[in-house]
Amino acid sequence: MDILIPTILTIITAATPLLFAALGELITEKSGVLNLGVEGMILAGAVCGFAAVHFSGSASFGVVAGAAAGALLSLIFAALVLGFQASQVATGLALTIFGVGLSALIGQDLVGVAYDGLPKVAIPFLSDLPLIGEVFFKHDVLVYVSLLMVPLVWWFLTYSRAGLVLRAVGDSHDAAHAMGYPVVRIRLFAILFGGAMSGIAGAYLSLAYSPMWIENMSAGRGWIALALVVFATWRPWRVLLGAYLFGGISILQLHAQAMGIGIPSQVMSMLPYLVTILVLVLISRDQNKIKLNSPACIGKPFHPTS
Amino acid sequence: MTRTFPGVIANQDVDLTIHAGEIHALLGENGAGKSTLVKMIYGILAPDSGQIDWQGNTVSIPNPAFARELGVAMVFQHFSLFDSLSVLENIALGMDSKVNRAELKSRILEISSRYGLPLDPDRHVYTLSVGERQRIEIIRCLLQEPKLLIMDEPTSVLTPQEVSRLFETLRRLSEEGLAILYISHKLDEIKALCHRATILRNGKRVDVADVNDESTSSLAAMMMGETLETTTPRIGNQAGELRLSVKNLSLEAADEFGIPLKNINLDVHCGEIVGIAGVAGNGQDELLMALSGESVSTQSDSLFIDGKACGQLGPNKRRALGVAAIPEQRLGHGAVPEMSLVDNTFLTAFQRLGLVGGGFIKNSVTRQFTEKVIENFNVKSNGSKAFASSLSGGNLQKFIVGREILQNPGLLIVSQPTWGVDAGAAQTIHKALRDLADRGAAVLIISQDLDELMAGTDRIGAICAGELSDIYDTAALSIEEVGLLMAGSALDEKSLATGGLNNV
Repeated sequence: MDILIPTILTIITAATPLLFAALGELITEKSGVLNLGVEGMILAGAVCGFAAVHFSGSASFGVVAGAAAGALLSLIFAALVLGFQASQVATGLALTIFGVGLSALIGQDLVGVAYDGLPKVAIPFLSDLPLIGEVFFKHDVLVYVSLLMVPLVWWFLTYSRAGLVLRAVGDSHDAAHAMGYPVVRIRLFAILFGGAMSGIAGAYLSLAYSPMWIENMSAGRGWIALALVVFATWRPWRVLLGAYLFGGISILQLHAQAMGIGIPSQVMSMLPYLVTILVLVLISRDQNKIKLNSPACIGKPFHPTS
Repeated sequence: MTRTFPGVIANQDVDLTIHAGEIHALLGENGAGKSTLVKMIYGILAPDSGQIDWQGNTVSIPNPAFARELGVAMVFQHFSLFDSLSVLENIALGMDSKVNRAELKSRILEISSRYGLPLDPDRHVYTLSVGERQRIEIIRCLLQEPKLLIMDEPTSVLTPQEVSRLFETLRRLSEEGLAILYISHKLDEIKALCHRATILRNGKRVDVADVNDESTSSLAAMMMGETLETTTPRIGNQAGELRLSVKNLSLEAADEFGIPLKNINLDVHCGEIVGIAGVAGNGQDELLMALSGESVSTQSDSLFIDGKACGQLGPNKRRALGVAAIPEQRLGHGAVPEMSLVDNTFLTAFQRLGLVGGGFIKNSVTRQFTEKVIENFNVKSNGSKAFASSLSGGNLQKFIVGREILQNPGLLIVSQPTWGVDAGAAQTIHKALRDLADRGAAVLIISQDLDELMAGTDRIGAICAGELSDIYDTAALSIEEVGLLMAGSALDEKSLATGGLNNV
């Protein structure tokens, strides 16, 4: 029991940044845009979030700064991809490389600076429950927000008119354009939302997960988030499942290694990737569902013709 | 109404009146100005001059939204639908005003049952047939309670069963007082469905006809034009040896919208030009592909080239025998849009011109040949490296025709050689085709342009519903007789007393 509660708590903190980044990317991709720059945007969010807290002392300002940094970086992507119809794949890759370098530059003087981490918010009454209260209702506010975002994104896509238009744009930009919907503007908003969510994911890493700034601290989480979106076939609830599965196994395999199980550590490190992909592929193998949920226009540049 | 585009008068003083409850046909060949006229009515194009009266009041229609507000709805030839969304969602996206889903769903079901347009609002579009997709568009229009419904060639993508179903719906709508403007060049459909027809030719209104008083061939004559000004038929050509001989060639349709070829018999000799007339969509594409080798017959002896049975040979093997083919569709069939002119040249010419040496492309030879095509056929482009897609339609046509003719084929099959090409270029192409025949090649022209065929061929036949008529000496036939052939009727031999019947 002593080990259980801290383990669950670390699993939740490991899954939260993935959830933020993946939900943001899901919205971007649903509008028909593939932004491979998630990793770069996470790093920008991490360093800017940390710097903002360091200089202002306000945690909420740090989160906002992280979101703004991610959004700002995605704005560059949007300008190139929507404005100049650059290749989405190449631009996204460049954005990641750019984000790595830029964050290292900004964070030069922040390496080794200490921070206490985001304050925990105990939910009244519920947090007093034995065990459950400890595990589920004493987190920093971003954990709650990330979990709240799942039904919100799901509802937005399934039931709201704006979500319907967003899906329509991702399905056939030409038809949407013919009907008079502003394809470029809708995609711009989707890209900015994705950027801001990645930025928050980054801020979570540097403010809560391991409260400090280290160069390249996202350690490939951006790529995991991208993979989660695809393997979850663009469905928010499956993104939630995938993020917690991945977070869970990556923590559990550490414990297993610590306990000295006789499996090579390299195999154990592979586990989270293998299991997550395997599970998501297995539950999402219905071809019709894939066709239904994947945005048909993804990655294609939009050339408006009258 | 008048509307001009740079270099073309698309509509010149065109009049059109439609009454409530009437199904009115707008009839004309491709390029006759039907689309332009309709786009002005629907507010997509602004007229240069002219006026629109709507229920007694003069109106100007600046955009489609205003047209819809007036009560004008339009079903386009190409649907604007989203595959991964449901029918309901698709319709909701097309509505100008916000409606809640439950209400919209019940309205869709009501219209769908009232007009015989069965459609499940919760189905996803990618699971639907083309006919069902069209129903979405029609219901989307009907939800706006229009007074005038414009349908742009609605049957071009439908199966015969779907067509008759659509006609029932349209008749019921017209009985309820809806005016329908039905755009088509399919004469039998117009005869079956429409009350009156406005016929356009070269941007001008030729006539307004009561459909009941006309036959399909008289409508065809009005559409194509009875007066041919500069008809100088090719005469005195001595046909040489038999080059192409098609015997009882039948081919299944490739998909449900294709036309099966039925028992085609055709001979083309060296030095002669044979023309195949026909209204679009009667098997022209299929015939071209069957001759070029893109569709292969199961019977080797259904097709002979220079006496060699080659019904089962593919395009490259036929090319090696001297066959060149120019399909109707320029981009994507005749040329690869994203490739340069040099590369496009290489693709069809590498065999005959020996453009491959030791496994490598002979770049300079290919480029020189491409430049020769560009120069001889006066193709306007940014040099031989230009993408095929960067050329205008007419220039690309000149390039493709030139590319094939300069390879000196023994047999050239060309569909719509002068489609969308200006008069000067058309003359160049016609002359090149004649010269090719004079050099001893066999030429087969498949075309919808009767003027072109009457003036430029030695013998002529027509294709209708996948069946090829007998082939006659062009000089012996009148336009009306060709019209009859196009409608699928056989000619009475007595009426051909003067002509040498050149039966195959």
